[in-house]
Amino acid sequence: MSARALINVPKAARRGDVIEIKTLISHVMETGYRHSNTGENIPRDIITSFSCKFNGEEIFASTLYPAIAANPFVTFHTTATTSGTFAFHWIGDNGFEVTEEAKIVVE
Amino acid sequence: MYRLIITRREALKTSGAVALGAALPGQAHALGQMETAIRRVIGEAEIRKGKVTLDLPPLVENGNTVPMSVSVDSPMTKENYVKAIHVFNEKNPQANVISAQLSPRAGKAVISTRIRLAGTQKLMAIAELSDGGYWSDTQEVIVTLAACLEDLI
Repeated sequence: MSARALINVPKAARRGDVIEIKTLISHVMETGYRHSNTGENIPRDIITSFSCKFNGEEIFASTLYPAIAANPFVTFHTTATTSGTFAFHWIGDNGFEVTEEAKIVVE
Repeated sequence: MYRLIITRREALKTSGAVALGAALPGQAHALGQMETAIRRVIGEAEIRKGKVTLDLPPLVENGNTVPMSVSVDSPMTKENYVKAIHVFNEKNPQANVISAQLSPRAGKAVISTRIRLAGTQKLMAIAELSDGGYWSDTQEVIVTLAACLEDLI
C-alpha cells in the first residue's frame, strides 16, 4: 500500500506558541455509494481514522467518513512544549495504514 | 442514474420519519437523517447555538471538494476546553462528515478539511465542551455540481 503524505509542521517554534499542522494524504476515498457503468456497487474504500501523537502522547484524533473529499486534507493546532517528534497515523479500509513523522525544535 | 437518486431520496424520507417519531417530535422535520446521526453521536444532550463558527463557501461549483473550517470560541485551558468537534450534513448518503477529538494542549479549537456535498444542503458543526455543554453552528451551501452522483468515466 503506497500513499504519499504531505505534512506541514513548522521546523522551529518558541515554547508556548500555538502552531498549525497541515496534513494531506493521497487516497481515493471511494464512498461506497457509487455505481459503475454496469450498475454494480463500487465497494467503500476510505480512510476511517487519522490521529497524531507528539512524543507518544495523543494530541489529535479524528474519525473520517465518506463525506471527506479524496486525498484527505486535515489541519489542526497544538501548543509547542518541547522539541520532539510528531507521529501521524492514517488507518483505512482494506488494511490501509500509513505512519509519517515530523520533527520540531522548540526553544 | 436517475432511479438511484429517487431511491436515495425515498430512503432519506423514510429514515427521517423514523427519527422524527423516536427523538424529537415536531422539531426535527427538516433535519431527518442528520438529526438521527447527531443523536447517535452525542445522545440526548441539549444543543445551544453559538460559540462555534462553521466556515463554508455559500456557493460552490463542484461538490466533490469543498473547503470547510470549524472554529470554537474557547480559552482551551485544562478547566475549560473543547473535547470534540463533530460535523454533520443533511443530504449526503451518510450524515456524518468528521468527528475530531481535541485536548487542552491544542491551544486553539480550529480544524479544517475538504468535504463532499451531494447537492445544496445544510451543514451543522457541534462542539462538545469540557463542561458537558454542546454548542453549534449551521450553514447552508448551494452546490451547482453535486458529488457522488455523476457517472464514472
